[in-house]
Amino acid sequence: VRSADLGGAGQTARVLDHDLTGCLPGRVHPADMTAVGLNLVNEGPKRIRARLPLRTWLAVRVGRLAARLSRAARLGQGRIIGGRVTLLLDGRALHRLTRGRTVILVTGTNGKTTTTLMLSQALGGRGAVATNSGGANMPDGLVAALAADLHAPYAVLETDEAYLPVAARAVRPAAIVLLNLSRDQLDRVSEPSQLERSIRSTIADQPQATVIANADDVLVTSAALAAARPTWVAAGGSWHVDSASCPRCGAEITRRKDGWSCICGLRRPSPSWTLDGDAVLSPSGGRVTLALQLPGRANQANAVLALAALSSVGVSPPEALQQIRALEHVDGRYRILTRGDHAVRLLLAKNPAGWAETLTLLNSSAGTVVLAINGHVADGQDLSWLWDVCLDPLAGHAIIACGGRAADLAVRLDYADLPHTLTQDPIHAIDVAPAGPVDVIANYTAFRRLQNRLGHGR
Amino acid sequence: MGAESTVGIGLLLPDLLGTYGDAGNATVLHQRLHRRGIPAQILPITLQDAVPASCELYVIGGGEDGAQRLAIRHLRKHEGLQRAVAAGSVVLAVCAGLQILGWRLTGSDRVEHRGLDLLDVTTSPRIKRAVGEVIAKPQPDLLNATLTGFENHQGATGVGPAARPLARVIRGVGNGAGDHSEGVVQGRIIGTYLHGPVLARNPDLADLLLGWALGGPLAPLDMPSVTRLRANRLGGGALGGAGGRGERAKRPS
Repeated sequence: VRSADLGGAGQTARVLDHDLTGCLPGRVHPADMTAVGLNLVNEGPKRIRARLPLRTWLAVRVGRLAARLSRAARLGQGRIIGGRVTLLLDGRALHRLTRGRTVILVTGTNGKTTTTLMLSQALGGRGAVATNSGGANMPDGLVAALAADLHAPYAVLETDEAYLPVAARAVRPAAIVLLNLSRDQLDRVSEPSQLERSIRSTIADQPQATVIANADDVLVTSAALAAARPTWVAAGGSWHVDSASCPRCGAEITRRKDGWSCICGLRRPSPSWTLDGDAVLSPSGGRVTLALQLPGRANQANAVLALAALSSVGVSPPEALQQIRALEHVDGRYRILTRGDHAVRLLLAKNPAGWAETLTLLNSSAGTVVLAINGHVADGQDLSWLWDVCLDPLAGHAIIACGGRAADLAVRLDYADLPHTLTQDPIHAIDVAPAGPVDVIANYTAFRRLQNRLGHGR
Repeated sequence: MGAESTVGIGLLLPDLLGTYGDAGNATVLHQRLHRRGIPAQILPITLQDAVPASCELYVIGGGEDGAQRLAIRHLRKHEGLQRAVAAGSVVLAVCAGLQILGWRLTGSDRVEHRGLDLLDVTTSPRIKRAVGEVIAKPQPDLLNATLTGFENHQGATGVGPAARPLARVIRGVGNGAGDHSEGVVQGRIIGTYLHGPVLARNPDLADLLLGWALGGPLAPLDMPSVTRLRANRLGGGALGGAGGRGERAKRPS
């Protein structure tokens, strides 16, 4: 593989020879990393020390030690603490750990984890990929993912939208995938239009990056227009509440069937990739059917954006789809577990746009829906967004409200005339549900906790 | 108005000002009438619509600076809200909605904008954003029950002599102009920085507005889910004792 195959001349500077000589072994499983502990895998300590400054190399080793201690103390997987320690010892670790690798950053309000997984799986056929598949998407998480796979020539990094400026400056990515922007955790993250401005100025400073952007999202488009090389994807989207007024001039956005526009001239760019039902039209005029196992329109949108990004680094849609179609669940999302006489499907939804998409996945008529809502810092402590969600699709289901903020949810359901029962613990809710299918929709920490208690992968 | 006629609830510019679930206030007003057997209707008034003066109640919510300016332009072009207020309609204005009803506001762009002149308040930007749970004691002649809500704003709103504060902050920032005041009351307009949305957490405030609109107090309406949420927000361990005391004592401040 030569650099020209990886997306054109702009990438040349990004790719060091040793990453492309083909001498590197295939993908190393994270499990192997754990087994060897502090030993740096395969590439050999000397080799990596030659590439990384001594300070970074030591910072990585100490970070791994911290992660191992954290795991031993059963404080968690230790990834974030490891990354944090590494960053503490070398403030430029993110930059130094990505030097010489082809990096794709994935950001947006919803779909980051899924799209990151699609990209890393599809790129895996080309070489090892460092990726933060666990969803730790702030700088410490990115550093941990990179440190776990020091020799991988590729990195696909899910990046928190508020941290994109920091990450992009450090990483100088080959590609940035911009999925969508809408209200989310407003007590922690900026309002959407502020976020758009910060992403726009970040993108303007990354002329080397191909920016793969959803042209149907007004805020994404406004940000991505700052790109030297945008790739526009008609990925659709139904959440327009955060872009009634133009992010550039404040006037009203006019929407028609075939797009959107503003009097100031901002308008939907003509897309080179289009999602059409379950099919994708590519720039070459080809048409492929997605036929994903992952459910829902939102995942079709993630997939078409992933295909466009993969194409920019030389992976063709048919080749990419082989891997993407194989995905059945994403870090526990969409997984169906059996518990007692219940088939339990786990769904994650964290904000109004995510809920709108997730509620389309419910069985149309019956079954129990367990809603689990927490209000920790990672969820956003302001639960007012529950009132931005149209709960109509829940009608007719047996509804059980749970989680630390079940009381907030219950008031919302009550005023929506949706009968429900209330119980703090979602596992108890599953157990007392009438026999039959149970869909669990949980926000971030509620989902994580539930997944841990139900057991990973079983 | 007669008991048989339908109460109109104008939901002003939900497409622009509704960042923090504030459309929920219209739902709460509607349901609290409906459950008492009083017919009511929510009328969403978007940028596509002229603003009617015919509603008994109006609610307007929070939003970002650009949306705020567009909302001022729209509400000034169609003067329905101003006419309705002059005729005695009731208004609940939250966050950015509160700011634009004032006579002057300066946003993050540092440019001064004229407001709608319906409230004697002016707003300038705060240095530090006010984000978090708020507990406030309302004016005792208006309400007994402690107010609970969540604020997220960067405005410092001064209340002028023609208006008065809605409440005194026990926890949180509120108006943020240094006097511990929260919200504003002037005639039949109530403004507040609390979302949550505010009426879902504060049913007595909802019923105060409805009472003004209908010309008399309403029959009690007990919703155990709301009582539970209030206990949770005001008396819960996470919020400490201040809120708990405020709720139980029901002392006028």
